[in-house]
Amino acid sequence: MAIAEQQTSTQASSDKSWHGIVLQTLKRNEISLIPYVPDRVLTPLIKNLHADPFFTTFATAREEEAVGIVSGAWMGGRRGAVLMQTSGFATLANTLASLAVPYQIPLIMFVSERGTLGEFNYGQSLVCRTMRPVLDSLALEHHTITRLDELEFIADRSIKQAVTTQAPVALILNPLLTGGKVFDK
Amino acid sequence: MSSKTNTRNTKVMNRFDLTSRLIAKLKHEEAVIGGIGNTNFDLWAAGHRPQNFYMLGSMGLAFPIALGVALAQPDRRVFALEGDGSLLMQLGALSTIAALKPKNLIMIVMDNGIYQITGAQPTPAAGVADLVAIALGSGLTNSAWAADEEDFERLVDEAMSADEPSLIALRIDDKPGVGTTRRDPVQIRERFMHGLGVRDPL
Repeated sequence: MAIAEQQTSTQASSDKSWHGIVLQTLKRNEISLIPYVPDRVLTPLIKNLHADPFFTTFATAREEEAVGIVSGAWMGGRRGAVLMQTSGFATLANTLASLAVPYQIPLIMFVSERGTLGEFNYGQSLVCRTMRPVLDSLALEHHTITRLDELEFIADRSIKQAVTTQAPVALILNPLLTGGKVFDK
Repeated sequence: MSSKTNTRNTKVMNRFDLTSRLIAKLKHEEAVIGGIGNTNFDLWAAGHRPQNFYMLGSMGLAFPIALGVALAQPDRRVFALEGDGSLLMQLGALSTIAALKPKNLIMIVMDNGIYQITGAQPTPAAGVADLVAIALGSGLTNSAWAADEEDFERLVDEAMSADEPSLIALRIDDKPGVGTTRRDPVQIRERFMHGLGVRDPL
């Protein structure tokens, strides 16, 4: 188990951890529907979202499904966000290009970044390289968050921008922020 | 329960006729999500309603989009119309819906066993898989084939007051849709939001 992971796990109730800041920022922006496909790094965030009755938090079988759900919810007047990892984002190009972007839906995505800064799985490092080119090819707003002191500003402003401009945003949670996932066997 | 028995006793119906029958039953501004292709072409042809949402891509997401609407507006009945080929792309969504149990969600599957719009190629499920058995196995206990048009209308009436999500599967013929949805995604989304009372027009 990575030291960084252990640290984030023990900070579960702290608002000053990266996941505490994400949870509070979601709540402050009235984002209550959180479908996700899990990721090791996101585990403390997912656990705390499940524990907070403000949120409806549940796993989906695929990331596309989660995007469909929050898109429908937004049209019905309820805000949501999707949690996923890099390889999950790689399954989304068609859904982004045929649903979120053309219908002008403020899809809010948090992507735990694998494939860089100590990746041990070659496939993960390759799929990570497809993420930003896909985002850029659709001119989708995206930020890579590396610093705890910038997280709240970037997340809060990006959510507000997505809603007011009716455009998707991807917030990429870099290992410099989260500790990432490292080889442990 | 044998899939062969199940489908053999099921009348082959017509998508536009069934969609028109459904729309005629909607008196409470129920939302309807039309899946990609012929499914939403026939929804369009059955008469535009502000509570209709027409998909122009994202094949397989009619049920997930409808689930989102159902979770956002638990007091409104939400219908999703999906083709068999589309459903095969996103079978995991059935379990997600079964786990969340939104009682206001009604899923309708139009099963012709083919990708009609691309040249009528058979789906991998055609003749071997039973979509209702898949739904039941996914945890959607209130799932059934409609034997004929009258049975479909009866199942819709039941679903309207059910206390769990419903799935109704319909065997349909190989006819194409009778209309063509206007492909204007922003207007479709905006009018849908007006229809759901989320926004007022500019």
